[in-house]
Amino acid sequence: MTIKQLSIFIENKSGTLIKVLDLLSKESIQIIASTIADTTEFGIYRVICNEPTKAYNILKDNNINVQLTDVLGIRIKDKPGMAAQAIDLISKAGIDISYMYTFLLNGEGILIMRTNPCDKTKEIIKQNNIGFITENDLQK
Amino acid sequence: MDTKSEYLHPEMETLSIEDIRKLQLERLKATINHCMNSEFYKKRFAENGLKPEDIKTLDDLKKIPFTTKQDLRDNYPFGLRSIELKDCVRLHSSSGTTGNPTVILHSQKDLDEWANAVARCLWMVGLRPDDVFQNSSGYGMFTGGLGFQYGAERLGMLTVPAAAGNTLRQIKFIKDFGTTAIHAVPSYVTRIKEVMDQQGIDPKKDTKLKILAIGAEPHSEAQRKRIEEMLGVKAYNSFGMSEMCGPGVAFECKEQNGLHFWEDYYIVEIVNPETLEPVPEGEIGELVLTTINREAMPLLRYRTRDLTRILGHDCPCGRHHVRLDRMKGRSDDMMVLRGVNIFPIQIETILMQFKELSTNYLITLTTDGDNDNMTVEVELEDLFTDDYTQLEKLTKDITRALKDEILLTPHVKLIAKGTLPVSEGKAVRVVDKRKVYE
Repeated sequence: MTIKQLSIFIENKSGTLIKVLDLLSKESIQIIASTIADTTEFGIYRVICNEPTKAYNILKDNNINVQLTDVLGIRIKDKPGMAAQAIDLISKAGIDISYMYTFLLNGEGILIMRTNPCDKTKEIIKQNNIGFITENDLQK
Repeated sequence: MDTKSEYLHPEMETLSIEDIRKLQLERLKATINHCMNSEFYKKRFAENGLKPEDIKTLDDLKKIPFTTKQDLRDNYPFGLRSIELKDCVRLHSSSGTTGNPTVILHSQKDLDEWANAVARCLWMVGLRPDDVFQNSSGYGMFTGGLGFQYGAERLGMLTVPAAAGNTLRQIKFIKDFGTTAIHAVPSYVTRIKEVMDQQGIDPKKDTKLKILAIGAEPHSEAQRKRIEEMLGVKAYNSFGMSEMCGPGVAFECKEQNGLHFWEDYYIVEIVNPETLEPVPEGEIGELVLTTINREAMPLLRYRTRDLTRILGHDCPCGRHHVRLDRMKGRSDDMMVLRGVNIFPIQIETILMQFKELSTNYLITLTTDGDNDNMTVEVELEDLFTDDYTQLEKLTKDITRALKDEILLTPHVKLIAKGTLPVSEGKAVRVVDKRKVYE
């Protein structure tokens, strides 16, 4: 039910992000979605890609601070109000969302989120017939 | 006490060079005999086939091996004492918990002589019993607190043990008590001025300040000039170290041309820190001091690790006590920041307790505005979380642990693995960007 996200520690100085991107592109890793927040000294660059485990090993071998993190990828229709519906269910269940970002995949909206507790989120998803993506969806 | 006299102890301060040497030899012999009551020196003399009577001239001092900070640590806590513990009345110790700290013991006579030395320094720069002396320096184990307190009282001044910090209250005291003199580390003096500016107080008009004693952290001539101009005072450089007693070892006279080391208390040598041979007079080397006026714990040829040079033996002030240049650096890796002595190993020991970090780190010292700051960059070993709050918590935990050890709050910065340059051989751990030794 979860997919693997790359979480990469990036120092806030020029050249650090491009180093990571170069390593991934050389090995033909395709980045599907990514996000980084603005902070003062460092950031965590979060990446959804087609081959997360391979990408993780590449970065690790090149001495990059990286972690594979399990996140949920919720499918929603690309229509107004759809994200609100899903989030409403989760927050009413008393689940914390640590972070969230969105992207479009094959015309469908995807909400990537890390929640706490994660198991409870999975239950809510099952009970409410909310769709989610798997790693297979990312390899197409 | 002749308040018109330039000298508090004219009989000692105006000795000719020949008379100083005569007195030193006499006191050195007595000190060495007394040292034979110390287990440490008794053993050290025996190991080197040395007897007290082998020291016949001041030149013979060279026969005695050096005493180092490590010797103090190895014989922690009381191994170097030359009198019974029951006859000791005070103990001072270095900060930090890495390895054994250094412990210095004092008898009542030692405290009296220490107070006399500090009083002599303060008198030399023009302070008299009608002055009000505010000691804005840390008390407790830091000798700058009690050392100046007792010295200023011995001189007869109204002495305010304001200690460091609470700057608003410091300024209130300066105004309300008519403080004429302050002792503080230079960086704290600039802090006091900053707050005075915020309060709209002009130190030249609104206070009676005229004399400052500054020391315990390296500072440049330019920094002294700035302090003098912004407060409208004369600022005198003070040198001391807890191993010698504390403040009162050396002080500038009104000429402000080098620090007079009191040669009736100490024998001064300057040696090459590599060869340990004396350097030609006037060349920079490591300061080595022998106490010749101490009872509880005399130290023979103590390596201070401070680098300086002899400027001369004459001075228009009439004193022949040797003048030494302001400290030019260290022959070890000790850092002095805001009056606190810090060794990189203290920081390393703390950092190694965090399994989230690699073994690589870099300490950078900078001057930002008027403040000296320390930045500690630490490399993450593996990324153990993708949660910002966890990384922030780690930063806070490291900062707190470091503060507990070095008593200052450094700026801790997490950086990516492999970012710090790995030099061949000994890694560079400290970069000092301050211009303190100029």
